[in-house]
Amino acid sequence: MTWENSAITIATLLPVVGALGILLVPSEQDRLIRGLGIVVTGAAFVVSVAIAVTYDYDAGGLQFVLDTSWIPVIGARYHVAIDGISMPLYVLTFLLGLLCSVYTWRFVPDPGRTKAFVALTLLLLTGMAGTFIAFDLILFFVFWELVLVPMYFLIGVWGSSNRQYASIKFFLYTLFGSIFMLLGFLALYFEGPEVAGRHTFDLTAITAFGAGGGYGHTFQLIVFGAIALGFAIKVPMWPFHTWLPDAHTEAPTIGSVLLAGIMLKMGTYGFVRIALPVLPDGATAYAPWIGGLAAIAIVYAALACLAQKDLKRLIAFSSVGHMGFVMLGIATLTTIGIQAAIFGMVAHGVITGMLFFCVGSIYDRYHTREISEIGGGMSQSMPKMAGIFAFVAIASLGLPGLAGFWGEVMALLGSFSPNEAAGLDVGLFRVFMVLGGIGTILTAGYFLWMLQRVNMGSLPDRWGASAFRDILTVEWVSWVPLLVLILVLGLVPSIVLNATEPGVNALTSIFGS
Amino acid sequence: MSVDYHAIAPPLLLGATVLIVLIVDAFLPARGKWLAMPVSLVGVVASLVAALTLIGTDTSTFGGHYVVDNFTVLFQIFFLSAAVVVLALSLRYIREGGFYQGEYYFLLLTAFLGCVLMPASRDLLMLFISLELVSAPGFLMAAFRKSDVKGNEGGLKFFLIGVLSTAVMLYGMSIIIGLTNGATRLEDVAQGLAALNGARQTFADVAILFVVVGFAFKVSAVPFQFWAPDTYEGAPVPVAAFLAVASSAAGFAGLLQLMFVAFAPEWEFWVPLFAALSVLTMTVGNLVALQQRQLVRLLAYSGIAQSGYILLPFALVSGDQAVNDTAFAAAVSYILLYGIMNIGAFAVATAVSRRHPQLMIADLAGLVRIAPVIAVGMTVFMASLAGVPPTGGFWAKLLIFRAAIDRGGLGVALAVVMLVNSVVSIYYYFSVPRAMIFQDPAPGETLRSSWLITAVVALATAALIAFFVLPNPIAELGDLSTLAGITGG
Repeated sequence: MTWENSAITIATLLPVVGALGILLVPSEQDRLIRGLGIVVTGAAFVVSVAIAVTYDYDAGGLQFVLDTSWIPVIGARYHVAIDGISMPLYVLTFLLGLLCSVYTWRFVPDPGRTKAFVALTLLLLTGMAGTFIAFDLILFFVFWELVLVPMYFLIGVWGSSNRQYASIKFFLYTLFGSIFMLLGFLALYFEGPEVAGRHTFDLTAITAFGAGGGYGHTFQLIVFGAIALGFAIKVPMWPFHTWLPDAHTEAPTIGSVLLAGIMLKMGTYGFVRIALPVLPDGATAYAPWIGGLAAIAIVYAALACLAQKDLKRLIAFSSVGHMGFVMLGIATLTTIGIQAAIFGMVAHGVITGMLFFCVGSIYDRYHTREISEIGGGMSQSMPKMAGIFAFVAIASLGLPGLAGFWGEVMALLGSFSPNEAAGLDVGLFRVFMVLGGIGTILTAGYFLWMLQRVNMGSLPDRWGASAFRDILTVEWVSWVPLLVLILVLGLVPSIVLNATEPGVNALTSIFGS
Repeated sequence: MSVDYHAIAPPLLLGATVLIVLIVDAFLPARGKWLAMPVSLVGVVASLVAALTLIGTDTSTFGGHYVVDNFTVLFQIFFLSAAVVVLALSLRYIREGGFYQGEYYFLLLTAFLGCVLMPASRDLLMLFISLELVSAPGFLMAAFRKSDVKGNEGGLKFFLIGVLSTAVMLYGMSIIIGLTNGATRLEDVAQGLAALNGARQTFADVAILFVVVGFAFKVSAVPFQFWAPDTYEGAPVPVAAFLAVASSAAGFAGLLQLMFVAFAPEWEFWVPLFAALSVLTMTVGNLVALQQRQLVRLLAYSGIAQSGYILLPFALVSGDQAVNDTAFAAAVSYILLYGIMNIGAFAVATAVSRRHPQLMIADLAGLVRIAPVIAVGMTVFMASLAGVPPTGGFWAKLLIFRAAIDRGGLGVALAVVMLVNSVVSIYYYFSVPRAMIFQDPAPGETLRSSWLITAVVALATAALIAFFVLPNPIAELGDLSTLAGITGG
């Protein structure tokens, strides 16, 4: 075992091993459990940063490869690796995991039971991180499904009032999509290439085979539909988004942060990593439809946000819109569009994760999420909180110089000139661009209106007696990295874009651009 | 004809134990009747050890009517382990419930004797005898709660439907034996059937249908499932565990040999039949399970749905031997894994029934605070039954999907039906953890489960998690038995 072939396995499995260790600690040792959570996620984050640093960006391609026998009877292997496309999402997973653990030091939602809470969060981290490094379709699917059970319990036990409904809806809806994805994977397997006389689930072999036109046209149309359904529900694309507002609203704060920050990206990552390169014909055929749904999602989500009364639900709907931009970028099948998508995923993870932290802390002070009950005046009661909330909201609406800007503007640029070589209709995509543009205006509208209703104005009398504590130390510690990242990504987007570019170029070369 | 006593050691030892238990019981004082359980346990363990020594053997005796190969040994080990577990569940339940203990253990072991004979039987008549050996004690045990109306109703239903389907099956077998010139060995039956044509072939197909009915009853396939929920609910919980785990697995062990060996030449006739049977069984089972509020009834309907999944590989049979092998292996793996999770679930039911004999799902509220090991175990069993990672049930389902997609055509359609069904099933499977984990316990609620049951739950949980991480053993066991099951008959 060398650093080269074991590093990503160590980082990915550290949380689940830590979870097992935490199970052995007696439940009364509450502080010890929270501390262990921080230590474990911290260690995993350090390893992931070390991977990001030692990755050879000049060479590019898959590195830290470990390809070893796993289930020979099925033809599944333990094949993990990382490249520039996975890297930002992989590191972000561990960063958010660590920050959530830090946040948990102070905030464990009702009904307590810290041990189970921390252990489930750690299990969730392994599942999410594993998705981004799996290069075997069965392994990918296992990690993909592994996130469901912990998230189900996080929402169902630690959620707010309507949690039981939201948790089972989340579970059933996403599982429904992923089983069709599994069918698609099996089809790729049996129609796919043979290595040493046997079929294989190996993603690199299947990608090479599919990108070279190995799968028939009709086959691609059917299988792309099945796989895309699984990814689309996870993203979630309009009209498959209805599980998301419920799940987000009911989930505990760090559940929402991880859900928005990482889990939604699993779907868009799946498009970029699997659906597009393996089934290029299918992708070209579906691209206008995906683009259309994405444009609808952007406008629909913005309109829905304008109608929300619940602060957390508003943020949840805004995710639908932002993921719409990501999907629009992917649908253009251009380098700039897919670069926009990956950047958008990272930016959305940082910004919306941070927004959910804010909303969680606001709820902690006010014990309500109703915008009308909060009633404004937060800049009087908690000036620092109000300032941060405004900063993040403005980043989210895409102000130039902050992280939210690049993903959106590049996605719109991409749809101005979509991939004509792949046969995409320029006129159609320009319509999508216009819709997206309208969406950005509406987005600015609802975020500013939200700030007006929450931050501005005078503090209602009913809060007069309550002395709200402004930002706590633990909040500073868990938020500052994200606030810094929002600024850094906005000013120097190239730190992500340079890492992803070679991989994206390789991908779009399949589509002749 | 010389008899290979080593090969028949497991049923021989078990049969001896059956007699010993009956005799010992007669001499035990009323307060010491429970000692029949340790006696039975010793016999079962001896039989299990004998089965373990047979691993890797490939032999036959009684002129090829009794065969010991990987398929046989695998299933015998499974049944005998299940017997150990059911005995462990029974001890306190039967002792405290005021049952006739000696008779109970006698009947239980007799039924398991039938189970142990089933996979080794490569002969129509042997299969019939094994099946009846499983069923007849089952009829009595199902009605063992004599003062309970539900117990009587369930037992009577089980008996009437069971006898009827047995009669139909025996009639079918007699026709087949007649048509194939007196062949009873499964291989000879296959050769005989392959030689038929015209009206005689049609006649044989009808006879096959009759035989399938008998086994469909045993595995509670729709439309022969009506007995299962009432019988499970009315029977003592350990008996329900026996019926759900061992008895239905025995039915499948027999059915596998019949369809994949004896009746294989007529696959074009019966494959559509099994496709319909499978789709109906899983769909009806799941839809009715959605409405259940009682744990054992829920498990009964879940069992019907699971039978539907196991019937699916039968519908994948075709002229292509490689696909048949995959389907066979998938079925075997599923049966074995399903046995582990199901027996775990019934162990939990037994533990809870001591405090809540009604066994409503609502009675499980807040169990995770009261009995964490049991509740976590039950969550794993439910997730595994639903086929959700991180549990072994995920691989069991995957193997069937894989076989179905490999078959193509009809297989893909069946896989889609099964996928939709398994999503639906999550709703009711997760209603159990929902009660245990999301809800608060009633004030003053306690649960003292015996260490035997806790150990069973912990073991089954560990096994299911272990099979998720390293599924090789289960996948390979299925593969091993393929060769033996098809060529060894």
